[in-house]
Amino acid sequence: MASILHERYVVERDDYANAGKVSSSIKEKLKLAGIPSAVLRRIAVAAYESEINMIIHAWGGTVDLDLMDDGTVRLVFKDPGPGIPDLEKALTPGWSTASEEARNLGFGAGMGLPNIKRVSDTFDIISSPEGTTLTLSFSAANA
Amino acid sequence: MRISELVSKTGWKVTTPGLDLEKEIHGAYCGDLLSWVMGNGEPEQAWITVQVHMNVIAVAKLREFSCIIIADGASLPPEVTAKAEEEEIPVLESGIPVFETAKILVEAGV
Repeated sequence: MASILHERYVVERDDYANAGKVSSSIKEKLKLAGIPSAVLRRIAVAAYESEINMIIHAWGGTVDLDLMDDGTVRLVFKDPGPGIPDLEKALTPGWSTASEEARNLGFGAGMGLPNIKRVSDTFDIISSPEGTTLTLSFSAANA
Repeated sequence: MRISELVSKTGWKVTTPGLDLEKEIHGAYCGDLLSWVMGNGEPEQAWITVQVHMNVIAVAKLREFSCIIIADGASLPPEVTAKAEEEEIPVLESGIPVFETAKILVEAGV
């Protein structure tokens, strides 16, 4: 598989005001590329939750978007830390370590990673104190 | 039901009067926890919430809601209203609690 479209986005730490901007850009880019709307909706949920996680929990990071020649969309969210101490708990619906500030804004429901996993076709997460890399893929055939 | 019909029936304030109110509403979702809304909302629904910060607009756009209905007397700050207009997300204010707002939607046939 070869990438026919590549974009890189930067997400800033604690930038609540712009949360969702990168996800919207990704959705727009893929819409123009002809990705079916049902797939776009799944990607939007996963991208938004992942972007929010970078803002709330990580020290910002980068998002790499690739559209492969077979129609598969790949998203890689990479942050520089501080890592997820207990991945199993982080994947448990309702479990959250979000700050009071984040919770007051309606974040921190503990549904981020569970939502991402549910809507993605493949879900791979590696985390250490040096950072977290979340790799997701979405098949255009799985609308 | 179209947003404009709902406004006619309820008299709710339209926060974004310059936007297209002829969009259809198919059902509604009530919630203030954004991940629940992202995970469980459906396109073309009206979203009833008391959250009034910038991220509400991002969630509504990404989830493709028909409109946002702000309940319980809350209202959008000017910069969030401007964002809603920029993103073309119609926003109404019901001025009454979430439950009452939802009840009226049901009675109106949404």
